[in-house]
Amino acid sequence: MTPWVVSVVFLLLIIGLVLSFIRLARGPSLADRVVALELIALITVALILTHAIATDVSDFIDVALVLALTGFMAAIGFARFLERGGAGK
Amino acid sequence: MNTLVAFLMLLGAGFVFIGALGAIRMPDLMLRMHATTKAGALGGGLIAIAAGLHFGEAAVVVRTIAILFFVVLTAPVAAHAIARAAYFTGVKFWDRTLKDEMREKLDTKGNYLRSGLEQPDDDAGDDQRG
Repeated sequence: MTPWVVSVVFLLLIIGLVLSFIRLARGPSLADRVVALELIALITVALILTHAIATDVSDFIDVALVLALTGFMAAIGFARFLERGGAGK
Repeated sequence: MNTLVAFLMLLGAGFVFIGALGAIRMPDLMLRMHATTKAGALGGGLIAIAAGLHFGEAAVVVRTIAILFFVVLTAPVAAHAIARAAYFTGVKFWDRTLKDEMREKLDTKGNYLRSGLEQPDDDAGDDQRG
């Protein structure tokens, strides 16, 4: 694995993380923030997988698997919360 | 093999980046979800495949396949749930949205969606909820 590939992949993922964080901070509605959070969870999974490849430590894959699971649960929970009226009512 | 792993990682990171770019640039919620859900899931899946190819041991490959299946199977379900909840709570659309056929057929109080084929004299919504 040539080192520049890992650097470029990390750079792209981190720029994506920053962009989705801007959407998380700005996003006009709560649903926008939930979408941004879901994207952040997915980018973090990709970052952990890239780190596992870069350091040749396969144990990090378990962390990525658990994070992928909990991200889905968070999205479903937020959706049910929104559908029942959110915090406002 | 190394070249293939590098190619898949770059491709996956590129797709994730495009998804994040869509999340910041698109004008309303549905268009943002259109960008993040598909491009993001594809990019994450490609990086999972790259990790599986890089390690090549059975125990690791099974885990990466689990991540791949989980990302690809749950991203559409989560996106559907969020979009549905946002629609029912009345999220604002882009001012250049041309068509929203669901809005006039939807009874937001009872969460009842009319088909548009009911007879004018029977009140299908009330019967269904009875």
